[in-house]
Amino acid sequence: MLFRFLLIFLILIPFKSHSLIEVDITRGNLSPLPVAVSPLSTDSKSRDIFEKILKKKDIGFEISKIVENNLRQSGLFNPLNKDAFLQKPNIAHLKPRFEDWALIKAQALITGKVIAVDGKLRVEFRLWDILAGKEMMALTFTTVPTNWRRVGHIITDKVYKRLTGEKGYFDTRIIYVAEEGPKIKRIKKLAIMDQDGFNNKYLTLGNELVLTPRFSPTNQMVTYLSYFRNLPRVYLLDIETGIQEVVGDFPGMTFAPRFSPDGKKIIMSFAKDGNSDIYTMDLENRIVEKITNHPSIDTSPSYSPDGKFICFNSDRSGYQQIYVMKSDGSKVKRISFGRGLYGTPVWSPRGDLIAFTKLHKGKFYIGVMRADGTGERLLTENFYQEAPSWSPNGRVLIFYRETKTNSKGEGFSAKLWSIDLTGYNERLVETKTDASDPSWSSLLSN
Amino acid sequence: MLMIIITAMSLPFLSKKPLDLPPIISVELIQITDQTNIPFAPKAKKIIEKVKKKEKEKLVSEQAPPKAIKKEKPDAVPLPDQENEKNKEVKDKKQNPEKIDNEVKQVSEFEKEELFDTNNIAALIDKAKEKKADVINKTDKVTQDRDKNLDIVGLSLSEEDALKAQIFGCWSIPLGLPYDEKLLVKIKLKLKPDGTVIRTEILNHERMNKPGQGFYKVLAESALRAIQLCQPLRVPTTGYERWKDLQLNFDAREMLEG
Repeated sequence: MLFRFLLIFLILIPFKSHSLIEVDITRGNLSPLPVAVSPLSTDSKSRDIFEKILKKKDIGFEISKIVENNLRQSGLFNPLNKDAFLQKPNIAHLKPRFEDWALIKAQALITGKVIAVDGKLRVEFRLWDILAGKEMMALTFTTVPTNWRRVGHIITDKVYKRLTGEKGYFDTRIIYVAEEGPKIKRIKKLAIMDQDGFNNKYLTLGNELVLTPRFSPTNQMVTYLSYFRNLPRVYLLDIETGIQEVVGDFPGMTFAPRFSPDGKKIIMSFAKDGNSDIYTMDLENRIVEKITNHPSIDTSPSYSPDGKFICFNSDRSGYQQIYVMKSDGSKVKRISFGRGLYGTPVWSPRGDLIAFTKLHKGKFYIGVMRADGTGERLLTENFYQEAPSWSPNGRVLIFYRETKTNSKGEGFSAKLWSIDLTGYNERLVETKTDASDPSWSSLLSN
Repeated sequence: MLMIIITAMSLPFLSKKPLDLPPIISVELIQITDQTNIPFAPKAKKIIEKVKKKEKEKLVSEQAPPKAIKKEKPDAVPLPDQENEKNKEVKDKKQNPEKIDNEVKQVSEFEKEELFDTNNIAALIDKAKEKKADVINKTDKVTQDRDKNLDIVGLSLSEEDALKAQIFGCWSIPLGLPYDEKLLVKIKLKLKPDGTVIRTEILNHERMNKPGQGFYKVLAESALRAIQLCQPLRVPTTGYERWKDLQLNFDAREMLEG
């Protein structure tokens, strides 16, 4: 009886719930992260050594400027004005006073020092989380002093990766076609530069027309199109040795070359009798393989990063559209269905997106879509622009844009531009001459 | 023959000059440490010590006992008669009974019903006050019941919106994160009544240091920065027991999908 009463009593006791309140945070701000880049401190002895070698008064300050500029260009960071810094660089490389940096609204801080060790340049840098008051990363680099610009790029790559979660793209080069002279008599040379426009070098003399240079994803090789006796042929150039050669012995025009993700093959178009198909050539054994076989113009092939698929553009539907197929040429599937013409598809190194050029109602667009054709987004619109190329992390696209000429044919220019996937961070890439057909290299250091 | 030589010389691979490109020099990378033990600068150290000292002093002053209030001696306790007198004085001041008493005394019993009786009105007003007070008490009880219900349901929509809006502004989403991965960071907070954060705890903390979980770490760190930046959090002014423990689920997929 007592047990029954106890049972009823227990049932009747109301259970008070103490469930934890949960709040879902699904939105944030996309404004650039405020970062303080403190000039790297240098002792007077090292400063004198580097001044003699590099003709730079304060190498630590110069390196920090490169880092600052890279971070600003990325659009994801807002490097704070150095005038606002409360701690001086000569003590900032020690444990920083976080309150001072929080006061100027910095969320991350880069500090470090540069020293000369046996004629080499040694950089020690640290990344600090100001709000958490802790160190996030500490690295040291040793290299020859003339490599100082790359040190700045490598620091940026490390910081970028630590704060965004993805690889950087700053220690990279861009190969492009440098253009000079009037539009009807253009001199086109192959040129290469660091991604920030420095260290510009010309690789050809401008005697032959060159087009569509493409970097190998694995080494410092470049494939491009050059005209010989008015016949376009695909060439291969080793930019370290300067040796170049014709790719394959095709009895016709070869164009639109690109490397496979492992760098072992070149995929390109071969045109004969008004028909254009896609071919690959193995660079080791020189075996040529026909991938498409269709009485239409199939061109601009690009491999997926895993090498299993190829995207290309074709007019087999009557209009130029983008298609995806298996790397052996089977299972061809059209993926672009929007209004207008689609061309120059390039698969992202991340594998998630395909960038393209779109022509619609007389305007050119650079856009991206998923590999299945969904989620088309047009990032930028202009009078004439094309040839997007991905940064190695798949975050930024570089392309070229031409301006309209007036009735006298004056005012023409071609410039390189970059835009990130948000579509907001569009920037002019400074080049000494007019420029077109850019291609981004992979990271020089990992 | 001459033509052949000229043609051959014009081939790009023959006419090419050796490239004047600086070779790519390897850079030796050495990881110093994940966590540093490097000291503060001597001057900074002094300042930090000063600040810490001040903070300690502040804490001491906060914890200092309240000023001693002079207790009334037992002798000062009023005698019952004196107390009555005091009460009378208060009553006199409040109700001014002398006048009313005089008026009541002057009216006969017949006249009572017909006459305009201010005292009765006062009484009526008093009753109205009593009723009103009852209603207030009742509604108060209802509010408390609601509060109990909220304990189970969570924050009200407006409370949640206020908190969300605040954190939205503080959270810089790392744009490098892939949108197709299941990245959700759950952080449990212990809050003070004013919304400042006492403690944060990442619920899947083991993922932070797992290899291949770099994106999770970046997201978690950005979420922690947002909390630090936002505090004191915009929490309701009442019901501390209800929200002193709070869980924030940071999910960037919606934003990254664009």
